[in-house]
Amino acid sequence: MKKVIVIGNGMVGYKFCEKLRAAEGGKDFKLTVFGEEPWPAYDRVHLSAYFSGSNAEDLLMAPRQWYSDNAIELRTNELIVNIDRIQKKVFSHLGKEEEYDFLILATGSAAFVPPIKGVEKKGVFVYRTLEDLDGIISYGKQAKSAAVIGGGLLGLEAAKAVVDLGLKAHVVEFASRLMPRQLDENGSGLLKSKLEDLGISIHLSKNTAEISGNGKLTGLSFTDGTHLPVEMLVISAGIKPRDELAKGCGLQTAPRGGIIVNEFLQTEDPSIFAIGEAASYQQMVYGLVAPGYEMATQVVNQLVSNQVKPFMGFDMSTKLKLIGVEVGSFGDPFGEGEPSKTIVFEDKVKGIYKRINISQDAKRLLGGILVGDTSNYNMLWQMVQNNMPLPPEPEDLILGARGGKESQGAGVESLPDAAQICSCENVTKSDICVAISEGGMMDIPGIKSCTKAGTGCGGCMPMITDLLNHQLKSMGRKVKNVLCEHFDYSRQELLDLVKIKGIKSYDALLEDFGKGDGCETCKPAVASILASTWNELILKQDTIQDTNDRFLANIQKGGTYSVVPRIPGGEITPDKLIVIGQVAKKYGLYTKITGGQRIDLFGARVDHLPDIWEELIDAGFESGHAYGKSLRTVKSCVGSTWCRYGVQDAVSYAIRVEERYRGLRSPHKIKGAVSGCIRECAEAQSKDFGIIATEKGWNLYVCGNGGSKPQHAQLLINDVDDETCIRYIDRFLMFYIKTAEPLNRTATWLNKLEGGMDYLRDVVVNDCLGIGKELEREMDFMVETYACEWKEVVNNPELRAKFKHFVNVDEEDPTLAFQPMRGQKIPAEWGVPQSK
Amino acid sequence: MIGEIEKYKKVEVNNITTWFKAASISSFPENGGACVKFKDLQIAVFNFSRRGEWFACQNLCPHKMQMILSRGMLGSVAEEPKVACPFHKKTFSLKTGKNLNGDACEITIYPVKVEEGFVYIGFDEGY
Repeated sequence: MKKVIVIGNGMVGYKFCEKLRAAEGGKDFKLTVFGEEPWPAYDRVHLSAYFSGSNAEDLLMAPRQWYSDNAIELRTNELIVNIDRIQKKVFSHLGKEEEYDFLILATGSAAFVPPIKGVEKKGVFVYRTLEDLDGIISYGKQAKSAAVIGGGLLGLEAAKAVVDLGLKAHVVEFASRLMPRQLDENGSGLLKSKLEDLGISIHLSKNTAEISGNGKLTGLSFTDGTHLPVEMLVISAGIKPRDELAKGCGLQTAPRGGIIVNEFLQTEDPSIFAIGEAASYQQMVYGLVAPGYEMATQVVNQLVSNQVKPFMGFDMSTKLKLIGVEVGSFGDPFGEGEPSKTIVFEDKVKGIYKRINISQDAKRLLGGILVGDTSNYNMLWQMVQNNMPLPPEPEDLILGARGGKESQGAGVESLPDAAQICSCENVTKSDICVAISEGGMMDIPGIKSCTKAGTGCGGCMPMITDLLNHQLKSMGRKVKNVLCEHFDYSRQELLDLVKIKGIKSYDALLEDFGKGDGCETCKPAVASILASTWNELILKQDTIQDTNDRFLANIQKGGTYSVVPRIPGGEITPDKLIVIGQVAKKYGLYTKITGGQRIDLFGARVDHLPDIWEELIDAGFESGHAYGKSLRTVKSCVGSTWCRYGVQDAVSYAIRVEERYRGLRSPHKIKGAVSGCIRECAEAQSKDFGIIATEKGWNLYVCGNGGSKPQHAQLLINDVDDETCIRYIDRFLMFYIKTAEPLNRTATWLNKLEGGMDYLRDVVVNDCLGIGKELEREMDFMVETYACEWKEVVNNPELRAKFKHFVNVDEEDPTLAFQPMRGQKIPAEWGVPQSK
Repeated sequence: MIGEIEKYKKVEVNNITTWFKAASISSFPENGGACVKFKDLQIAVFNFSRRGEWFACQNLCPHKMQMILSRGMLGSVAEEPKVACPFHKKTFSLKTGKNLNGDACEITIYPVKVEEGFVYIGFDEGY
C-alpha cells in the first residue's frame, strides 16, 4: 500500500484528506497528517467568529474522531523540520521519522510582519492562528484601543475582531485606499465612510516608521511625522507562504515566496506536491480557500489516476460581509485586462456603489465591484465565469429592471448546467438540480449533505436557495397543477368544466372527469369550485365539505366548535352585544375578540349549534363564515364620522363591501379592510383587498397577507369613487377565484401570476382580456344568490337533525372535557399521540 | 383518554358473538359517516355508497386522542378506501386500519353488515 504524508493540517490539508478518502480508490493509501498546532484543522475563514462567541470546537473542520474513523493518522503538535528526498523520509521536531511515497506540502502561510522597528514589543500581535486570537483576547482585556496594520481583506477581518472585543479600532493602510486589490477609489471611499460611521478610524497612506513604547507598545509613529497612540497592535498586512521546509530540502521557491509548482501542482520532485497558500503557480500565491480546495482535488485525482485537468490559475473573485458592510469584487474588477467600458451606479444616500466592466463590443461582462449591496454578486460572477452574453441593456444588471420590464437574464434558470455554483466544493448547477430532481433532496440541509454545496464559505447559499425554489417549482408545478390522483385537471380547468358542462355535484364531476373515490384534497376543492360557480347551499353535499363547512362552525381542540356571527365592519349595537353575552352564558361558551373585529364563541357542542344559531338569528345576526374558505371580515377604523383625521366614512363603506361579498366561496379565505385616512388604522395593506381613503376617494390595494409569510398589499388603483372601487374589487376577486390553485391566498397567487402586479392591473383596470364585464356579472350573480346558511339550517328539520354526536342515542359525547381558566372554560389538552 | 384506546380491540370475523344493531341505513349520509354508541365505546360507521361498501372503526383518532373520525372525509388512495381525520388530515385505511400518511398507530376496524335496512357492527366475547 502506497503511503501519503500531508504536512500541514489547515483547511486545504484537511480538504485533501477528505477528498482522498471520498475518491474511488482513495482508501488504498496509508495516510498520515502532521499539524504543528495543537488543534485539528479549523476554519480560518471564519476566525473572527471566535470573538463573537464561537469556541474552537465550533470552528473545527472535523472532530478528531473523524480522522480515526477514516483511517487517517493525525499527528498534531508535531512540526516537520526536515525532508530527505533521497530516502523519502520526513523528520519531526520530536526526532521521529516517517517514510512516504507521496508527500503533500500543505504548509500554508504565516502572517507577513513588515520589518518595523519595535515589532517585538509587548502588545503587538499577528492575526493568524487560534493561539494568536487567545493572545489578542487576553491582552485586549486591559486595553481601550487597538490599531490594525493592513486595510485589506485580512486586516478588516482583524478590525472586526477588535471591534467585537469592545475596543476603539484604528485601521492603518499603506496604500491610498482600503482593499486596494479588490476595490477602486470610489468603492473604497464608500467602504471607508461606512466603517467610519461604525466608529472605526481609517488612516490611509500611512507608512509605520516605529512602534513606540517602553517594552510595551504605546503608539505608532508614521513616516509623515504623525503619531497614533494605541495600546495594542494587530498586524495583518498580508501572508508569507511557509516554504522554509521546501527550501531546506532544495526545492525551488519563488522570489516573493511560495513553493514553485507546475500546472499539476508538482514540485520539481515528482513525488512531492504543494497545495494551498504554500504553493506558487506562475509567480502567484492564492490566498483564498477556494483555489486551495481546487488544488487539493487535483492532486487527489492524480493519485487515484482519475482524469486530471491542469490547474490554470483561479478566479480571485470574492464576496464577503466586512463588519456589516457587503463587499464584492469579481472577475477583472478594474477593467485592466483588456480594453473595456465601465458602467457605474453610486447612491451615497443608501451607501451603494456598483461598477461593472464590459467588453468593448458590449457583449461580455468582464468583472466589477459591489459595495453596500452584493445581492447581484452571484449572478454577475456566473456571467463572467460562463462567458454568458450580456442583455441588451447591461445597466439592468446593476440597476434592476425599470419601467415595468421583467429583469433580463438575471435568474438562476438562465445559467448553463455547467455553471459552478459552489466554488469551494466545485459543485455545478446540474449537480444541485440532479440532487433535487433525482436524489429527492427537497431542502437546503439535504442539498448540503448530498452535494457539499454551501458547506465552505457559504457565499453561494442565496443561489442554492434560488435553485432549490426554481427546481421545486418546475417539478411541483406539474404535480400541483393536477388536483390529486383523482382528477387529472388543474383547479382552473375543473372550474371551466363545471361551468361549461353545468355540473352541479361532486359525484357527477368525479363520474365524468375523475377516477377512484375522491379524497380529502379534491372533495373540498371541488366543493369550493361548485360554491363559487353556482352558490347553492353547501350542505346539499355535506360529506364533500371539510368538517368546518360540514357543520358550519370551526372545529376546536376536543371536538367542540366555535361560533362567529357576522359583525360587518366591526360595528355592533349594545343590544346585539348583550345577545351575544346571553347566548354565551346560556351555552357555557368561552368568548374572545377575534383579529377581524368580531366575537368568537368557543366550546359549542355539535348538537347545540342549531339552537345557538336560532337565538342569534332571531336577534338579527347571520353567519360570519369564519368556517369557510370565503370572505371573512372587512375590518374598519372609525373613519370620518368620529375621527378628527378621517377623510371618508370608512365604517359605512366597510359594511357595504362586507355585505356585498359575504359568503363568497373562494380558493382560500379572503380578508378586507377599509381605513378612513392615510394613517391606516385598519391595517388594510395586510389584507387581500385593502381600501384606504384619500381626499378624492379611495386607494385600492390588493394581495396583501398577514399570516406566516406577511406581504404588503400593492396599489392597484388610486383615487377611485365608491362604485368604481367596488367594480374593481368584483373583477379582482372573481379573477382570483377563477384562476388560483386550491388553498392559495391572493398574495401567493399574485406571486405566481406571470407578469405580476402589472398584468393583474392590465386585467382588472385596463381589461386587457376583455373579461371585465363578465367578471362583474359573475360577481353580481353571487351577490344576488347569497343566503345565510345558518338561517336555512335552523328552518330545516332534516338539516338540523344532522347536528348530533351519536346517531343511535340522544346523548352528548361523554369524553368532552374542560378545565377552567380566568373565569371561563377551555378544552382539556390534546391526548398523548399514539404512534406505531 | 390513554386507557380509552385499549378498549378498541380487534374483532375477528370468525369470533363474532354479537351483531349490534346500530341504526337504520338512512341514519348514515351517503359517502359519509356517523357515530354509534355501543356500551361505553364510540364506533364510527361509514356508508361508502360510491363503492357500495360499509365500514366501521373506532371513533378515536390515535394522533391526538380525539373522538372524531366519524366526522372524517371518505376517500381512496389507489384502491384502498380511507378516512381522513378532520383535525390534522391523518388518513387511515378502512380495510386494515393502518395510518397511511404518518406514524400514528393503527385504528381498530370492526366487521359491519347491513340487513333489512339496518346496520350491524360485529363484536366478540371480549366486549
